[in-house]
Amino acid sequence: MSHRFGHMLGIEPLSAEEIVFLLDQSKPFQEIQRHPLKKLATLRGKTVALAFFEPSTRTRISFATAASRLGADQMNLQAESSSLKKGESLLDTVRTLDAMKPDCIVIRHSSSGAPDFVARHLPLPVINAGDGTHEHPTQALLDALTIRDRRGTLDGLNVTILGDILHSRVARSNIHLLAKFGCRFTLCGPAMWLPKELECLGPPGTSIRRITRITEALEGADVILTLRVQQERLHEPALPLDEYILQYQLTAERLRLARPGALVLHPGPMVRGLEIDPAVADGPQSCVLEQVTNGLAVRMALLFLMIGGADAPPEKDSSHAAD
Amino acid sequence: MLLISNGRVLDPASGTDTPRDVLLDGDRIAAVAPPGQLAARAKGAEVFDAANCVVAPGFIDLHCHLREPGGESSETIETGTRAAARGGFTAVCPMPNTRPVNDNASVTRSILERAAAVSDVRVWPIGAASIGSKGEALSEIAAMKQAGIVAVSDDGRPIASAKLLRQVMDYCRALDLPVIDHCEDSSLFAGAVMREGKQSIRLGLRGMPAATESLAVARDVQVGELTNCRLHIAHLSARASLELVRAAKAKNLPVTCEVTPHHFTLTDEDVQYDTRYKMNPPLASREDRDALIAGLADGTVDAIATDHAPHEPALKDVEFDRAPFGVTGFETALALGLELVHAGKLPLMRLVELFTTGPARVLGMKQCIAENEPGDLTIFSTRHDWTFRAEESASKSRNSPFDGRTFRGAPMATIVAGRIAYRR
Amino acid sequence: MRIIEKSQLMTATEIDRTLQRLAHEIVEKSGGTANLALIGIRRRGVPLANRIAQAMRGIDGVDVPVGTLDITLYRDDLSKVAAHAILQSSEIPFSVDDKDLVLVDDVLYTGRTIRAAMNGLFDLGRPKRVRLCVLIDRGHRELPVEASFVGRSVQTSDTEIVEVRLNEIDREERVVLVERAS
Repeated sequence: MSHRFGHMLGIEPLSAEEIVFLLDQSKPFQEIQRHPLKKLATLRGKTVALAFFEPSTRTRISFATAASRLGADQMNLQAESSSLKKGESLLDTVRTLDAMKPDCIVIRHSSSGAPDFVARHLPLPVINAGDGTHEHPTQALLDALTIRDRRGTLDGLNVTILGDILHSRVARSNIHLLAKFGCRFTLCGPAMWLPKELECLGPPGTSIRRITRITEALEGADVILTLRVQQERLHEPALPLDEYILQYQLTAERLRLARPGALVLHPGPMVRGLEIDPAVADGPQSCVLEQVTNGLAVRMALLFLMIGGADAPPEKDSSHAAD
Repeated sequence: MLLISNGRVLDPASGTDTPRDVLLDGDRIAAVAPPGQLAARAKGAEVFDAANCVVAPGFIDLHCHLREPGGESSETIETGTRAAARGGFTAVCPMPNTRPVNDNASVTRSILERAAAVSDVRVWPIGAASIGSKGEALSEIAAMKQAGIVAVSDDGRPIASAKLLRQVMDYCRALDLPVIDHCEDSSLFAGAVMREGKQSIRLGLRGMPAATESLAVARDVQVGELTNCRLHIAHLSARASLELVRAAKAKNLPVTCEVTPHHFTLTDEDVQYDTRYKMNPPLASREDRDALIAGLADGTVDAIATDHAPHEPALKDVEFDRAPFGVTGFETALALGLELVHAGKLPLMRLVELFTTGPARVLGMKQCIAENEPGDLTIFSTRHDWTFRAEESASKSRNSPFDGRTFRGAPMATIVAGRIAYRR
Repeated sequence: MRIIEKSQLMTATEIDRTLQRLAHEIVEKSGGTANLALIGIRRRGVPLANRIAQAMRGIDGVDVPVGTLDITLYRDDLSKVAAHAILQSSEIPFSVDDKDLVLVDDVLYTGRTIRAAMNGLFDLGRPKRVRLCVLIDRGHRELPVEASFVGRSVQTSDTEIVEVRLNEIDREERVVLVERAS
């Protein structure tokens, strides 16, 4: 069965079927990354507006490349050089973009709920590329694709998430997604980043436990999601970097406590020697490079599904009326 | 002369709940008598038929923002008081966080002059506790009292330090003025936009715990004890704060508190990124809300106050993080209170107290229906079905979380100084 | 919209015989099968390509590789179809460089599908030669496309549709001419 999405604001409202559909539809785009000629004309004539109000190199490049490989044009807004600094409101900024008639808008913003706000005001499909500490849906999708490819399944895995979970939209989206497949979660980090309310994420009945000791948190893990250490956040409250490394760095030795062959994922950019030991980052269990390729595939699939067409009836070239 | 006939008079001061006619002459209540008995005396009077209505003393709103001077794009004294009259209020107490701040007698006088010119409702300003409400030096409180303030507050912000609070309270005790505090611990507040809890985690919005308020309430109660000055806690929202007030009252300390209609109706679960649900203190947990309702009923809470905080649409139509705090409230306050009465959680007489004798007592006044008292009455129906539409509000602003809500019960007429200020 | 069957164009036996004949023709006209490969265009070109390859094995044990090609991303009418299209992967387990390719599809009509298929193929590499084999050619070309190997040519009108039904997909085996009626 085919699914279509008016917006992609978050993982929470999606069903497991819709997620499986998205992952399946990403597969042809994984394949295209292996062609010598990676450019398609599929979305030729379409324009994707990239409105990044928060600095981001990787995600922006990933979306830009996705659009470009599908043959779409781009409109690029970068916060630093935008009139936002001159006091123009978010609404006015996106209305200006909208007046140039893009086919969709990909937005990253430091305020949770900003894509929801834009979606309520503009008649345009909106893709959330990360909003505040709320959600980062394409990250969760590419993580899921990576896990499914390596493991063959998403069902019932033990997932350990390491780091500043309180402030992580990546953690939230991943929990929302994997919980729909019955995964069990262990959240690990310093106590002030693990409030009790995190246990309420995901559908009712989701198994989430909070552990402050990394050794305990890694036992039995099938998947380890290492979060970025946002150095800005370490000052809130002040936690010396060395403390963090001592207590929470994912070292090769600590990784051995997890199940053999446990997958190590990281949303990037990694700081080798901080949250992750270089040996682990570059080791066989690390999936970071596949995550990047899969990010491109997932974003291409999403753009294709969201702006690839309109609802007109099929043309006569289909030899089968039902095809 | 104005005769209010066929109404059910509910007068908390005397404990009366009985059919009575009320005759107003000039700006005073001339007589109160069983129905029909004032016919002779009321010859030539305008008659208002209050059949099927409750006739209560005029409602007093202890806490609102009229934005003038300085914020006229969101509200003016004229539009705000018109909305207040529609809500059944005969007197409102605007907070001093205008531009300029009401921290001296000339600003107080200019507000009162403006009100005299354009408002059909009494305006009793609250003066700033500190200059500019900056929390550094005392403002000209005595001069402002002479000019007409009824209380002192730095609302918008907490009174900055325990030391300043003590100075303000010592000073106000001598002037017999109550000190109203917006209780908030700034370090716990730190950039939060809603209550900390499951919902704030889900939405990825920064939250503040209940202790943000209750810590400051604890501080204020103890400083109050040192000074024996009347302390009134503004817009109390948490169960923990309520318990502190209860304990203070048990020790006979002069502590009072108010609760807003949005706090006794909504919870943090209602927040979804719609900025019409963003205010400070934020919507709290279900337990808090239920505790507030119990406090309204058992007398721990002295008054319902709206904290009517208008913001023009352009200001509120932004991302949740950036929107200013505040919701309007004049026109829905009574109806929301009646929801509690209809649900059996609050007796009607108690609701009327919360709008009349409760706030009056905080200000050191009376508010009752008796001969020679000021001719201020709020006439309302407990049954009239209606829908509140923000678009139709008399306020300049539209930021209400109750837009589209249907109600049972509404203000039918507001009488101020013997004249009809509003009739539905 | 209803589909009315107007006539049967081929029976199961006729389909089988035609595929056998096409397999022979391709082998004969390829001057050697060393670099030969079949590419079935999804959906119904795929079982047809597999069957032709199977038939070829029966001729001198010739073993010709088969790939499948999904052309959804290459269609020029994507906007009209994409609302419901489900992408499938292409699977071509060999390099197309220097290969002698034969595209296989069920029906040749306007030629746009074939154009999209060629775009797809050339994204993968540089084949030496590309020819087309179809079960039915129903005319009405809109692009300069021709089939080198044709099962049967049929005259049709614009409102008619030629439906090839195959066991692997439709659980029946025949070719019918149908009409759309509103």
